[in-house]
Amino acid sequence: MNTLAKITLTETKLALRSPTWVISGLVLPAALLLGLGAIPAIRTESEKTPGMRFLDAWVPSMVVLTIAMMGLQSIPAVIAAYREQGILRRFATTPVHPAKLLVAQLIINVTVTIAGVGLLILLGSVVFDIPGPRHPLGFLLAFVLGTTAIFGFGLIAASVAKTGRAAGGIAMIAYLPIMFFGGVYLPRPLLPEVVQKIGAYVPPGVKAMEDAWTGTGAQPLQLAVLAAFAVGSCVAAAKLFRWE
Amino acid sequence: MPLIEVTNLRKTYGEHVAVDDVSFHVEQGEIFGILGTNGAGKTTTVECLQGLRTPDSGSISVLGLDPKADHTALRQRLGSQLQESRLPEKLKVHEALDLYASFYTNPADPADLLAKLGLTGQRNKYFGKLSGGQKQRVSIALALIGRPEVAVLDELTTGLDPHARRDTWKLVEAVRETGVTVLLVTHFMDEAERLCDRLAIFDAGRVVAAGTPLELRDRTGKTTLDDAFVTLTGRD
Repeated sequence: MNTLAKITLTETKLALRSPTWVISGLVLPAALLLGLGAIPAIRTESEKTPGMRFLDAWVPSMVVLTIAMMGLQSIPAVIAAYREQGILRRFATTPVHPAKLLVAQLIINVTVTIAGVGLLILLGSVVFDIPGPRHPLGFLLAFVLGTTAIFGFGLIAASVAKTGRAAGGIAMIAYLPIMFFGGVYLPRPLLPEVVQKIGAYVPPGVKAMEDAWTGTGAQPLQLAVLAAFAVGSCVAAAKLFRWE
Repeated sequence: MPLIEVTNLRKTYGEHVAVDDVSFHVEQGEIFGILGTNGAGKTTTVECLQGLRTPDSGSISVLGLDPKADHTALRQRLGSQLQESRLPEKLKVHEALDLYASFYTNPADPADLLAKLGLTGQRNKYFGKLSGGQKQRVSIALALIGRPEVAVLDELTTGLDPHARRDTWKLVEAVRETGVTVLLVTHFMDEAERLCDRLAIFDAGRVVAAGTPLELRDRTGKTTLDDAFVTLTGRD
């Protein structure tokens, strides 16, 4: 087995032994979907969501929750704690570069994100008859760009923070507005129009996912803005990142 | 030719001069001590040896290699135990050893190493559940897992109780018996006196004296290394 596979396997075991983040990314959004979907009023068409049920319009916000949990809560906490505890430095004294540890963590967190979103789509379709994304490619593109942008923000927080706890605090600066504009705290159809409009361009791009899911497809401008955020946040994280 | 040769090493962090014109050498098979108070420049010097930091000036040769230019080759042959470096709480002892063993081309047998360090009974325990002495022994095991020719042990016994400290000292001597050269960083005089064949006393980023513990005591006319240290660092 090569070292990256070995490190990823070990890190996976660790992630499953302290499963807070895996549960937050995988189980929490799905549980919210099931819980809210159990309320009959939410399963009816509302005047705020013409042509669809309130629940259908709200699923993309659960995708936002999944991405934000893993990218802005899990990643910053884990990476900054590894630096704080000297684990990255310890790796640097071995023949293996600590970047492999970072890559292993990204693999795990992205995998949980994908699984979480997959579970949302599956449960939505099986339990509530919510059709899958109408424009799968556009949805996939928005998801990939949005996830990259959010994980980039998370890595920036992990870069500038001295401790795992501090990283969580710094990530909150991005986490709270992203959750708000993403319609996690209050469903987007209930938000003021201007907030909805801004939300269309805030990563991870809830509007692009909505449009690809139930509308006429993700708009090029939305995707371009998401791509800019993705490149910008990753470049900034790479510049800011410290191994110790 | 010495195994480690440090010549006129200098390292600054901004305005602060951490290491200033440090020179010393370490012979094969000895336990060499780097002794000094906190902030004396011990860890910075060792980090330059490990290739973790780039010196401002001066030269370092470890096993005939340049720690920065030849870091890949050196890391196969130099084992490190770092000050204030932990492992994940929920990592089991044998998993840590298996993982680190996979980093080296010719690693030691993890089970064998655990037995030598008296950790066989702990192999399935989480790192976070170990006592301070056991954690240090795991740390030593990880420093030795790649069958290094040189082992750097930084503040090995800080925070350990007297029994655990003495057990750890015996381990360091046992490591040397196997032919590994040991570079021991410490601020404990008794530890340096007990373990080191030779040592360099660091103060404010400089080496103020070097020699065997006996030589340093004789030079200062003191009966303990503790007193000799106080004299040599000019705070008598």
